[in-house]
Amino acid sequence: MKKTYKIEVDCANCANKMEDAAKKTPGVADAVVNFMLLKMTVTFEDGADIASVMEDVRKRCKKVESDCEIFL
Amino acid sequence: MNKKQKRVLWRIIAAAVMLVALHFIPSEGVWNGWLTFALYMIPYLTIGYDILLKAWKGITHLQPFDECFLMALATVGAFVLGRLKTGDYVEAVAVMLFYQIGELFQSVAVGKSRRSISALMDIRPDTANLEREDGSCEEVDADEVPVDGIVQVKPGERVPVDGIILSGTSSLNTAALTGEDAPRDVAPGDEVLSGAVNLSGLLRVRTTRAAEDSTAARILELVENASSKKSRSENFISRFARVYTPAVVIGAAALAVIGPVVRLLMGLTPDWTDWLMRALTFLVISCPCALVISIPLTFFAAIGRSSRSGILIKGSSHLEQLSRAGVIAFDKTGTVTQGVFEVAGVHHARIPENEVLVYAALAESFSDHPISQSLRRACAEELDPQRVTDAREIAGEGVTALVDGRPVAVGNDRLMARLGVESDPCSSVGTVVHVAVDGSYCGHILIADRIKPTSAAAIADLRKNGVRRIVMLTGDREAGARAVAEELGIREVRAQLLPGEKMTAVEDLIAEKHSTETVAFVGDGLNDAPVITRADVGIAMGALGSDAAIEAADIVLMDDNPDKIPRAIRLARRCMRIVRENIVFAIGVKLICLLLSALGIGSMWMAIFADVGVMVLAVLNAIRV
Repeated sequence: MKKTYKIEVDCANCANKMEDAAKKTPGVADAVVNFMLLKMTVTFEDGADIASVMEDVRKRCKKVESDCEIFL
Repeated sequence: MNKKQKRVLWRIIAAAVMLVALHFIPSEGVWNGWLTFALYMIPYLTIGYDILLKAWKGITHLQPFDECFLMALATVGAFVLGRLKTGDYVEAVAVMLFYQIGELFQSVAVGKSRRSISALMDIRPDTANLEREDGSCEEVDADEVPVDGIVQVKPGERVPVDGIILSGTSSLNTAALTGEDAPRDVAPGDEVLSGAVNLSGLLRVRTTRAAEDSTAARILELVENASSKKSRSENFISRFARVYTPAVVIGAAALAVIGPVVRLLMGLTPDWTDWLMRALTFLVISCPCALVISIPLTFFAAIGRSSRSGILIKGSSHLEQLSRAGVIAFDKTGTVTQGVFEVAGVHHARIPENEVLVYAALAESFSDHPISQSLRRACAEELDPQRVTDAREIAGEGVTALVDGRPVAVGNDRLMARLGVESDPCSSVGTVVHVAVDGSYCGHILIADRIKPTSAAAIADLRKNGVRRIVMLTGDREAGARAVAEELGIREVRAQLLPGEKMTAVEDLIAEKHSTETVAFVGDGLNDAPVITRADVGIAMGALGSDAAIEAADIVLMDDNPDKIPRAIRLARRCMRIVRENIVFAIGVKLICLLLSALGIGSMWMAIFADVGVMVLAVLNAIRV
């Protein structure tokens, strides 16, 4: 299961950090952040509860980069 | 500029004005120097309050090594130093000021580049004029148009979804899809692709695909996903950034402690403030942003630019591969040739050439074979099927029939030999169709695939651009393939290949290539999909309609012009050169500045250049693609 979300972030390095944070979230198989398009593509593990996983991803991203946003 | 950027701009202007004004206020010595300190705090907080706040948040989230933290540490450090020793706060404010200018510039440049790409990608209309059963027209969301519905496309509008013209004639501008500016004339029965602009007449179109599966949507998706497939350079830079910043911060800490301690041990004065200053300079240089932004920006710009000229590149990594293409294998039919069989001439005709053609076309008029079709196309006059009786197809030989009651035989050498008709051999390359009427030979028709007008130039261009080996792979017979290759200037031909053998041929090429180069395969995408997938760089040509080809290829040429291949390679090389320039330039300047400031030669001003200046230059270089 793959989903794309719009994100808001100011710098490219911060986008990399968001990508790292999202990848480490339980339930996420892979995550790619595209800074130029301000998009995050998340591949979920089978059977993951997407809504709660994404809440978690958002929280973790906020932690590494306080000035970011993921539009769920 | 958006609201956020404008606000930063005003803060920059305000802080700069204050900084200049403070220069003329004689505040030294008042309140033991604290007045100057307080006055300089005003522009400092104006320009840097958000950075300080973010730095604080970073610390509380245990993420200290971000650039806000570095900037905060460096400037606060400079303030402390100013208070304790130098009494000069300009540097501290200036560092923050220039940092913000750099950030603003980067944000504006990236925003601009984003917008220009999205304008380019604005090829999908949001609404469609859906025709109701009573013939009335209603404007609906393009997503709501059903497959097999009927939409009207007025002059000046874009075709909303793929479909087939029911009525109306017009010319279409397909520049957004193919990069080709010349308008294309269309009539009922023709296929129209979404994204094309209707130039003149009203068209009624029966839709064949839903909006989300239509060409425009597919192209958009492809280009958007392209920059998510990261290249090696991009991955290298993210890895580098991850190590670089902590390393420099540790270096700075070491510098601040070890330097003075060593001096103390040597019996010298420790110069704590001097070494602290060097350490702070280190921190300013340590931000990796110039690199991290300029590399994806370059790829993004290159992918955007190429899609504007009808070359879709499905990922940054493919640009990298394409730039190293040293071997290119071409499919023949439909790739370097037009893939359409046409009558190239009538030779050795004993009766008027036109009559040879008409007899042949009539005899073959019941067949749907491509050769029969090309015979029919070549006839100027309308053919009356009533004139033909008793048509019989003889597999592998040809056709016999009665035309106007006279026996006509149309076919190859074998048919003529079996009928006992002596035929003239043909010296040209192509498919030869002999024609005999009443048992006597009337001449033969040569049918050949035509070479695309730009093929030869494209091959020469590839050679000039350093493609070392060009090979043609084809299922056709040796002689025909050789003739085409010779005309194009291709020296290496592998003919009579079965589809599976094409794959082995490409694998051979991959095995024989030099270690630094890549092998590209160019096919028309109809039956080459597995080979396209196997090559290092798979290029599908004229593949707008074919899902399999778009899926399999790394690079999709929207029209079938081979000219686009050297153009794509040049663009890829240019892009990679800029990427390399930026990597070397940014890392180089930073390392030199680090070294200089460790030795105590560098100043905070130099550090600002190493950070902001390098980023500005790298971004400007990136958008040059």
